[in-house]
This record gives sequence, structure tokens and C-alpha cells, in this order.
Amino acid sequence: MEFNAPAGTNLFDKSRIVGKPTPRIDGPLKTTGTAPYAYERHDVAPNQAYGYVVGAAISKGRIVSMDLSEARSAPGVIAIVAAPETQPLGKARSNIAPLFGGDEIAHYHQAIACVVAETFEQARSAAGLIRTVYGREEGAFDLAAAAPAAGLAKGRGGKPDRKLRGDFEAAFAVAPVKLDAQYTTPDETHAMMEPHATIAAWHGDQLTLWTSNQMIDWAKSSMAQILDMKPENVRIDSPFIGGGFGGKLFIRSDAVMAALGAKAAGRPVKVTLQRPLVVNNTTHRHATIQRLRIGAERDGRITAIAHENWSGNLYGSEGEDGTLQTPKLYSGENRLTANYVAALDLPEGNAMRAPGEAVGHLALEAAMDELAELLDMDPVELRIRNEPQSVPGTPDKKFSDRNLVRCLRDGAERFGWSRRATKPGQVRDGRWLVGMGVAAGYRGGPVQKSGARVRLETDGRITVETDMTDIGTGSYTIIAQTAAETMGVPLEQVTVKLGDSRFPASAGSGGQWGAASSTAGTYAACVSLRRAIGEKLGFNGDTATFADSRIHLSNRTIPLTDAGSMAAEDQITFGEFKREYDVGTYAAHFCEVGVDVFTGETRIRRMLAVCDAGRILNPLSARSQVIGGMVMATGAALMEELAVDKRFGFFVNHDLAGYEVPVHADIPHQEVVFLETEDPIASPLKAKGVGELGICGPGAALANALYNATGVRVRDYPITLDKYLDELPDLATI
Amino acid sequence: MFLAGGTNLLDLMKLEIETPTHLVDVQDLKLDAIEETTEGGLRIGALATNTAVAADARIRRDYSVLTRAIVAGASGQLRNKATTAGNLLQRTRCPYFYDTNMPCNKRKPGSGCAALGGYSRQLAVIGSSDQCIATYPGDMAVALRVLDAAVETVKADGTARTIPIAEFHRLPGTQPQRDNSLERGELITAVTLPRPIGGRHFYHKVRDRASYAFALVSVAAVLQKDGSGRVAFGGVAHKPWRVEAAEAALPLGAPAVAAQVFADAQPTEDNKFKISLAERTLASVIAQARS
Repeated sequence: MEFNAPAGTNLFDKSRIVGKPTPRIDGPLKTTGTAPYAYERHDVAPNQAYGYVVGAAISKGRIVSMDLSEARSAPGVIAIVAAPETQPLGKARSNIAPLFGGDEIAHYHQAIACVVAETFEQARSAAGLIRTVYGREEGAFDLAAAAPAAGLAKGRGGKPDRKLRGDFEAAFAVAPVKLDAQYTTPDETHAMMEPHATIAAWHGDQLTLWTSNQMIDWAKSSMAQILDMKPENVRIDSPFIGGGFGGKLFIRSDAVMAALGAKAAGRPVKVTLQRPLVVNNTTHRHATIQRLRIGAERDGRITAIAHENWSGNLYGSEGEDGTLQTPKLYSGENRLTANYVAALDLPEGNAMRAPGEAVGHLALEAAMDELAELLDMDPVELRIRNEPQSVPGTPDKKFSDRNLVRCLRDGAERFGWSRRATKPGQVRDGRWLVGMGVAAGYRGGPVQKSGARVRLETDGRITVETDMTDIGTGSYTIIAQTAAETMGVPLEQVTVKLGDSRFPASAGSGGQWGAASSTAGTYAACVSLRRAIGEKLGFNGDTATFADSRIHLSNRTIPLTDAGSMAAEDQITFGEFKREYDVGTYAAHFCEVGVDVFTGETRIRRMLAVCDAGRILNPLSARSQVIGGMVMATGAALMEELAVDKRFGFFVNHDLAGYEVPVHADIPHQEVVFLETEDPIASPLKAKGVGELGICGPGAALANALYNATGVRVRDYPITLDKYLDELPDLATI
Repeated sequence: MFLAGGTNLLDLMKLEIETPTHLVDVQDLKLDAIEETTEGGLRIGALATNTAVAADARIRRDYSVLTRAIVAGASGQLRNKATTAGNLLQRTRCPYFYDTNMPCNKRKPGSGCAALGGYSRQLAVIGSSDQCIATYPGDMAVALRVLDAAVETVKADGTARTIPIAEFHRLPGTQPQRDNSLERGELITAVTLPRPIGGRHFYHKVRDRASYAFALVSVAAVLQKDGSGRVAFGGVAHKPWRVEAAEAALPLGAPAVAAQVFADAQPTEDNKFKISLAERTLASVIAQARS
């Protein structure tokens, strides 16, 4: 099915299942510990051995020698796969450094060996007996030092990533009110609960990987590239994923080492990355330096806006583009965005939840708050005043459906924004300095082609099979809702099978496109099945009504079971007409914080997100996505930071004790409101994703609240208390 | 090496930071009683869990700084498993101690200290040496320090001794691998608390998130109505940090106390904020005591 025109009135406008708060259908499996996660799939292959990955102890250089003799003779050891004995493997498009092989070390904790043994403990113990001598080389590990010489990133089509409209410099020079500020954000790690894990088994030249991966089709083709195999000889199975956040978009060394280990051992091998390797062996969100210059008339109208962004990556590969939202959010005739990437020798950076926008909002939306203060204007009103009519960076494009102003006004009303003190540092509640902040949020609502196979069983049950993944997001449930709605059966009659590369390829979970794309693909397959049923039973499947497990025709009804056992496969593709539009999701974020006037401890009091993301397929799981994003944004604003050791070139705090993410006690109250909107440009269901919207903006709202509470502006995230403690009121005055 | 709750030791073994050839499981030694002493204090068995100690009615009434310190640490699940003796023996959370690729004099004597000149935000500001700037990470011991507790032990040859808490944890000096003054094979049997000293009890732990994190700085204090009192600091040194002589300045306020307590501080650029944070946290405690 090609979605080639805006969605008209369709069955989802009268939906009984889609759009209703629905507890996740896979919930009981998870709460009873029976959902099979990758490392625990003891039943899928007999005689599994354990692999233990050894990470490089240096960040750049060569392996001079590796002595395996002691390790090879250690108890229980079956095989050792060692990098110097292995030709460098092929690289998938998504890999920057090779995942294994050869004697060159590109980053800290790059895999250099995998010990396979009868037990995990034996493998680990033997790994400790490998003697590696390195030739360490100097590397570049300091973004701030490397940034001035960084070149423009490769933009779309390989063109240098610098976009101009009008004459920014001239307009900024004459603007009556100007802001010029620099913000920095640190490297971050995904910190998902389940570390990367894979069980691998070979049958001849056929490789099966039971793994934890967000993108099954990518994983299959990547693995084939890495091992120089035919893709059809690779099977990936990943039905349950304990969090990904972008960290499991790509094949990483767990899968490669399990495959090589299994080949060497001649039996199935399971590998999980130790927590420190999750940080330094896999990918992370890049640190950024962002400069915002905004010029405005005294009435608040922006006349000039520039957002420049610097990040670094291994070999100068693609970085973190914090400017992404800036061409979309606010009007202004004269514009500049530019994105620079420096070459660093830290582990490779790549996507983490809302790559670009998550950190871009931390800068842009703090800058808007600073501008509002310079203008002596309410920050909500400043944003509304600069609401564009078409996409500011590309004025020939229309917004498909944009309700940001409603989000802001509705949120301000609900939050009690009018009670915010305009002057910072004025509100006290006992020992707490109290403040409120606001930020807008924008995240694109992209879609990707997505396939599914739908089967009608003889008992009237519907089974959906697609390689779509559920990374904790609720895919199982919204796909079941879509199939139940389209086929006219109760939700309980639908079985959803995900994550297996033998199923039709889907959009996968990434870029906030999974929900809209995979439900559209499921809808497409269901429509095909309805047509096939109609052909079999002699009616038009497109005009018949499927409801109550029956097919309702103008003159009769037929039980769905009359069709017997049937299956149909289809995919949704998206037509050219969408190119005229910018399909985005929007939010207004509000936050109230207290800052201890003595100690500087920050405590969130309440957070509110008012979201505009088209039809909400399942308000329960959509809310969970948004509050999860708000938690992650809180982490980015207040505590999350991979500390770089600039001498040794690695992320030092590589475990969940050293890398702090927010806990329940940090955020006592979160509220999420979804505007009832529909976006007919987005998908047949008029739905858009929300998985990344929730992280775009709340961190800046928090930073702005912190400023409102204390009068201290910190532009260096995370805003830990050491950065403003000395600017809090003097002890003698408290 | 002795194994009790294992909440720290087993993690360290998983990372091969500790690689004991033998583990002696002491969990069944029946050392979990909390009983009154003839001197009017309490004897807490070495194996009494953190949860049991924190919840004990006598401790909550007479030594509430101890309860407050314990519940400020770890999580409910960990406190259910962790023991009194094990809590005292927690090893540092210095990130370089936790990475076996890095030089660390505490983990591998003579290998050097990667934390010096490295990421030191969490590390010691006082009492450190040119071989180690690790901090002692615990909370409970900071409260015990302010309560003048003592540690009862038995040595391998059967002789018993009592170590004042002030002398239990060591400074790193030239032997950072030694966290405390226990001898090889010496087992903690109990921690004793002297008679209650009254006053208002405080434990204020400042950290980057609201729960389940190690202290940037913590303040254990027992303050009397007349303004006198005792105070010890956590998160600043290789041991709970208390300078008794400085306590005379408590009626004058936090800056006067902190100036004496941290007179010899040698912070890094990363962690010098801890000194003003300690001062401000003490000020907060004093303000609460006066309110």
C-alpha cells in the first residue's frame, strides 16, 4: 500500500480500540519474568558455552603482542578468538571503527579477544590471563581543544552542513536586542537496563543470532557485511529488548564475538557485554559545544538567528547536530545554522534518543529564556510571538499539523504559569529557592516503509508477524490494537509476533518513527487480508465493515471464521506528496524546581508536558514514553555526564554507580497531556511518534526554572551544584 | 577473606578488583544481636543488617544520627543484605580503582595513581597523599564517628581487641591498599555505642541525585540546645573526617568550624567545591537545629 495522499475519513476516526488506553499485552510476561530476553534464551540452542569479551586497555595504538598460552590452558576454556589472529572484519555502514580484528586499537575497550569456556566464571578468569603488550599512541580526546579546527560536517548529499537564509550577520548587527551565548553538553551513555547480549549458533553456513537489537533488518544486512556472508544466511531474533535508546540500533561486538566464538568453539555461544564495555565499547551521545546568537526587535520578533554546533567523533565521522530543531521552531528572516565535527579518538559516538534535538533544545530553549529576559518579556509570549506560518528554514514547506501555540497556552494555564515571578531568585519556601521554567519542544515525525504479514486462523484469531521491535515502548500493543481495529476482532483475539528477521521487514524502532510506521504497515497488511477474504467469499473487502468478528455487508453478515485460514503480506510505503510538508511533533514543557539555598541541591517539584503528536494510538504507553523522555531530559540537565579522562582517552565513570541517571525521588510529579489532534499527512492512522518528543525540551525548562529560582545561569550541562554553589546567597545573609 | 552480605565484595569480584583465593562465609556466626551494654550503650553484632540497625527502636530514639545515615545509603534491598561489619569495610568508589586497566596504588600497590591529575570530582579534599586521593564511600561510619563508637574484633589467634572508630579507618599515606587497621585474619564481631549523649541528631547527605548515590559531602552532627555539639564529614577523605578541636566553634556557626576542619585541605580543581559545600551543609544543619 502506498500512502500517497492525505488520509481522509477512515475507520480509525470511529475507532473502538486504537486510541483507547490499553495496558500492554506483553506486560504479564515482563512482570512475571517470563519474557525471554537475549541472554536468558537457554532453550533456543543446546549446549551453550559462555563468551567473555576483553576490551582494549588503551585508547589508541597497536597490540604489540598477545600471549594466550596461559589463558588457553585455563580450566574450562574451549576456544579463544583473538584480534591479532583475526583479519579485520568488514564494517557495516553504521560502524565507524571495525568491531574486531587486526592489531590496531581505535578506541578504549574495543574488543581484542573473546574467551569461550564452559562457564561464565571460567571464561572471565581465563580472560584475565591473557597478556597483552600495547604500543600506545597519542590521541585527541578534548573536544574544546579540537573544536576550533573542526571542519563542517557532511550534510545531506555530502554538502557541507551550513545553511543560510537572508543575511544573518547584517541583521544581527543592527538588531536592537541581542543574545550571544555558548552552551555545552557532555557525552552521555544510553544506560539501558539490559546490556548488549547475543547467543549465536551456526548450522553450516547459516548463522542465527538471538540478540537484543532495535533494527532487525539493519542487523541482518550489517552482520552479513561484517562477516562477508549472504544476508539470507543470517537470522536475527529479538522479541524482547530491555531498553535501547539508540544504543542497540546497530550490530555491536556482542553479536560479532558470539558469532566468531561459536564458530571457533563449534557450538552455540552466548555473550553479554560487561557494563563498563557498554559505555566504552559501544556508542554514546556526543558532547556538544553550541553557540546561539539571536537578534530581535524590542517587541520580541526575531530578526536574526544563528545556531552553530560543534561535536567530535572517531575519524571525524558524523557528530551530534544540535541545530536540527532550529530551522523549525521560530520565525526569523535571517538565519544561519552550521554543524562542525572534530576528529577525536574517544569511543565512537552515534544516535541516542532524539540525536541532535535532545541536546539542541538544551541550548536553543535556554537561549530563548535568556532572550525573553533581555526583552523583559514573558518566555511563553516570546515563543508565541515567533510562531511561524511556514517552515522558517525552508519557507516553501508547510507544516502538516502544528499546534505548538495551543500546547504553550494550554500548558501555561494548567501549570499556573501566571504565578511565576518574573524576576529570578525571589521566591522562597523555607530553605528552598523556588522557580518555574518553560521550553518548547520539536521533534520530527518521520515514517519509514514497514511491512507485516497477517494471518487469520480457523478459530478467528489474528496473528501479526513483523520484524518490528518493542524496546519497552509498547509496539506489541499498538500493533495488536491496529490489527484488532482493522480486522474487527477483540484485542484478545490478536497475537503479535515481533523481532524475527524471518518476518516481513519493518521500520524498526528508531528516530521516533516506529509507532506510526509499523501500525501503518500492519494496517496495510490487514487491508490486503480483507481484500483476500472478500475475493474468497465474494464481496469487496474495502467497503465491507469488519466488526464483532463478523463481516457486515449491505444485505447480510458473515462470521469471519467462514474465511477459514488465510494470510496476507503487505507493506506501507510513503509517497512523494509528503515532501511538501514538514511533519513534526510539538510540546510545551513546564517545570518547577526548588534549590536548597544552603547546599544547592536541586529538587524538581513538578513537571508538565503538553504534547501535540497527532492521533495517540495508546494513551497509556504514549504517556510512558513521554514521562520516560522527561526523566532522561532531567538526567541530561542535572546529572548525566560521561567524564572524559583526557590523558588516557576514555569515559571514566563507566558503570551505573558512576554514571547517575535520575531516580524516582528526583521527580515526584509528572503530568502529560496530549492535545486531541490528527495529522492526515503523517500516516493512514493520522498518528506520529512520541518516543523522542518527550526528551526535547524538558531539560531546558528545568534549566530555566533553576535560573528563575536562583538567578544563576549555568550554560554548561549538566547543571550540577558545584557550578553555581558559590553564587548562591552568602551564608551570612540566609 | 570474609564474606558477609557480599553487597560490595561480590561486585568487586565480578570486576576482578578483588580476587580472593579463599572466601570464608561468616553469615551463620549468629553475630546479629543488638543488645544493651553494662555501660548503658549498645552492642551491635557484626552481622546485624543495616535494615535491622536502622529500624531498632533504641537506635532510633538515642542514636538517630545512625539511623539517618544508614537509610541515606544504598537501597532498601541492599540494606536488607548488608551487614554492620561489611558496611564499615566498603571499599572506595574511585573510578580508577574500578578499572583494572588503570594504575591504582590501592588496587595494585606501586602501580601509581591515575586519579591524581584525572577525574577527581568525587575524591578526597583532605588527608590524601601523593599516592592516593580516594574517599571512603560509606555513610554509617560517619555517624559512628560522631557517636564515638568502637569496633570489637577477634584475631586469628583468638585474641580480642577494641578499636576506637577514630582509629579504625586509615589515611592512605604510603599504604593506600590498607583501608583500615584490621590485621590479616582479624574479624569484626561487634560495634559498640557508648551511652546516649542526647541532643538533636542530623545526617545530611548531599549528592547529585536524590537517592541511591554516594555522597559528594555528608554531615553527621549531634547538636545540643546550648549550641555545642559534635560533627563529622563524609565524602571528603579516606576516612570519616572529624576534627574534635573544631567543635568548640560550633556556637559560632559553620564557617568558623569549617575553617578549622578543612584548614589543611588539598583539593583538586575538580573537587574544591566540596569545601564550601561542606561548610554550607553544616550551616544548613545548624539552622535546622536552631529552628
